[in-house]
Amino acid sequence: MSGEVLALRSVTKTYPTTPPVHALGGVSFDIASGELLAVVGPSGSGKSTLLHIMGTLDRPTSGDVVIAGHNVSHLSDRDLSSLRSRHIGFVFQQFFLLSGYTALDNVADGLLYTGMALADRRERATEALRRVGLAHRSSHVATTLSGGERQRVAIARALVGRPSIVLADEPTGNLDTKTSDAIVGLLEELNAEGSTIIVITHNREIAEAMPRSIGLRDGIIEYDTAGMPVS
Amino acid sequence: MSVDPRQHNEDQADLLPSKLHGADVLRTAVVGLRTRKLRAALSALGIMIGIASMVAVLGLSESSKSELLAQLDRLGTNLLTVQAGTGIGRGSGELPEDAAAMIARIGPVEVTSVVSTVDGANVFRTDFIPEGQTGGISVQAVSPDLLDTLGGTVAEGRFLDAASSTYPATVLGSVAAERLGVATVAGTQLVWLGDQWFTVIGILDQFELSPDLDRAALVGLAAAEKYLGDDNVPTAIYVRAEPAAIDAVMGVLAATANPETPEEVEVDRPSDALEAREAADDAFTALFLGLGGVALLVGGVGIANVMVISVLERRSEIGLRRALGATKRHVASQFLGEALLLASVGGVGGVMVGYAVTWAWATWRGWGVLVPPIAAVGGIGAAIAIGAVAGLYPAVRAARMSPTEALRIG
Ligand SMILES: Nc1ncnc2c1ncn2[C@@H]1O[C@H](COP(=O)(O)OP(=O)(O)OP(=O)(O)O)[C@@H](O)[C@H]1O
Ligand SMILES: [Mg+2]
Repeated sequence: MSGEVLALRSVTKTYPTTPPVHALGGVSFDIASGELLAVVGPSGSGKSTLLHIMGTLDRPTSGDVVIAGHNVSHLSDRDLSSLRSRHIGFVFQQFFLLSGYTALDNVADGLLYTGMALADRRERATEALRRVGLAHRSSHVATTLSGGERQRVAIARALVGRPSIVLADEPTGNLDTKTSDAIVGLLEELNAEGSTIIVITHNREIAEAMPRSIGLRDGIIEYDTAGMPVS
Repeated sequence: MSVDPRQHNEDQADLLPSKLHGADVLRTAVVGLRTRKLRAALSALGIMIGIASMVAVLGLSESSKSELLAQLDRLGTNLLTVQAGTGIGRGSGELPEDAAAMIARIGPVEVTSVVSTVDGANVFRTDFIPEGQTGGISVQAVSPDLLDTLGGTVAEGRFLDAASSTYPATVLGSVAAERLGVATVAGTQLVWLGDQWFTVIGILDQFELSPDLDRAALVGLAAAEKYLGDDNVPTAIYVRAEPAAIDAVMGVLAATANPETPEEVEVDRPSDALEAREAADDAFTALFLGLGGVALLVGGVGIANVMVISVLERRSEIGLRRALGATKRHVASQFLGEALLLASVGGVGGVMVGYAVTWAWATWRGWGVLVPPIAAVGGIGAAIAIGAVAGLYPAVRAARMSPTEALRIG
């Protein structure tokens, strides 16, 4: 299956600080359904800014963002929340699990704002936890899990709503090499099952292992391996 | 295929709005508070103390008021006393002999009972106690209808009647009986009264409207005249009048009792003292209610404080929830929900504690327990209102936080 899930056209972002920071200087690319790609670049190159804009958590200063057929600039804040609740999944470097909840309820909260009933949310969460290999940990409280397990829970939470696109910001940034490899392996598996995933990383090794990578430097695309033969 | 971003104007059509069920707001609030138990408990405690004190104050004042009203009801508010003033310029201590008859002629007067102090007569347990040690017990000559007029009751034996009023028989007031060491009328109990033995035929319960008589030995008017040389000149007259005309009667009593020197007559309405007590209680109730209100306010400030801290601490949670699709309104409702839950828990706890305090105190005092329903409903209502006010600012603050700022962890 293919088709555009995300399109960026000349996206710029200037933070109105003094002096203003030009974090993105005209970024354009398309992402098709079922892709797995990395956005790679040094610290301060604008990766997180780009992720926030792709995830509709922030609006671009200029340019257009189209997600799952919706042009972000035409949508109200409320509509953007709706878009996120159904079409976008996030994975963060710091996991951001809720400490008072079990693994299962952390995942189920990925569906909290869809209006789905609690029993259905839990059923879907159980399924998502099984998919990331954590079925046996579902009743454990989030704070008792290891870093790798927490990130798996976070990934399950991002996937549970079957979003059009999953955005992961440095998902392995807080993990050791071995755990990090396992997480990347999991993302590859999930992609093979059909999920569209964008991984943001400053780790070139991870980026090079991905089918496609976009290099970012000073807010500008340095390279995009789309269309190039995969090595 | 490529997409022209500018062609997507009708997008909203298939975009289902994100929503949050009320039950989930409650669940989220419960978990949110459960993960910060101590803090939640302490801030709920503030509200609880405020509500508990207000409910207890209302409950106690209502219970004591109903007790007082029951007392007034029992004793009636239509009893008036007419007494001869004593002291320089205030009178001789005696009323005119025909005062009772004159008063009885006032239309709305229902009954009159005469009391005449027997001067110089003392009461002793035996005949060899020195004259000076009277124990503060006076001897009063009374008519048999006095007990009914005063609404008094007999603890032991019986009261004076037409027959016993002519014999050397006496009925002791509660304090007098205690001081004389007469606990029963069984057998033949004698007391040394005015140089001769009198038989104790009855002991009275405490008078609630005329405590003077508690410290008296009562004898019949005829007996007083015959055995003690009393002149039967009234020193006090107890009057029951129609309740509707009580003020009018009060106005003419002095002049009727002693037309020549009405200023030497003291007219009293004993139930006024009880009513004054009720008014005093009301003033105290208002004061304590005010203090309870202050406690409640402090509790509210405590909740606001805890919620503001909570919002700052949970920035990443707010960011995460926005990323999961929460609208500003959803975020606000979560924090408002927590504040309301805290306050309602405090309010319900406060009402229960207030009830318990009222129950314990009223039971101890032997009153009926009476907490006005408005105190319970109002208490919980006030707590919820305080929670809403206290939670509003933190909730708005949480909602206004930009998602990217909330996610940037420092
Ligand atoms: N809210 C903000 N206000 C002002 N400047 C900002 C803001 N957020 C980011 N910036 C600036 O924009 C630039 C890009 O930041 P961004 O966080 O996107 O970089 P990054 O590639 O994610 O870096 P890192 O790898 O360190 O996470 C930086 O110079 C940063 O200082
Ligand atoms: Mg970053």
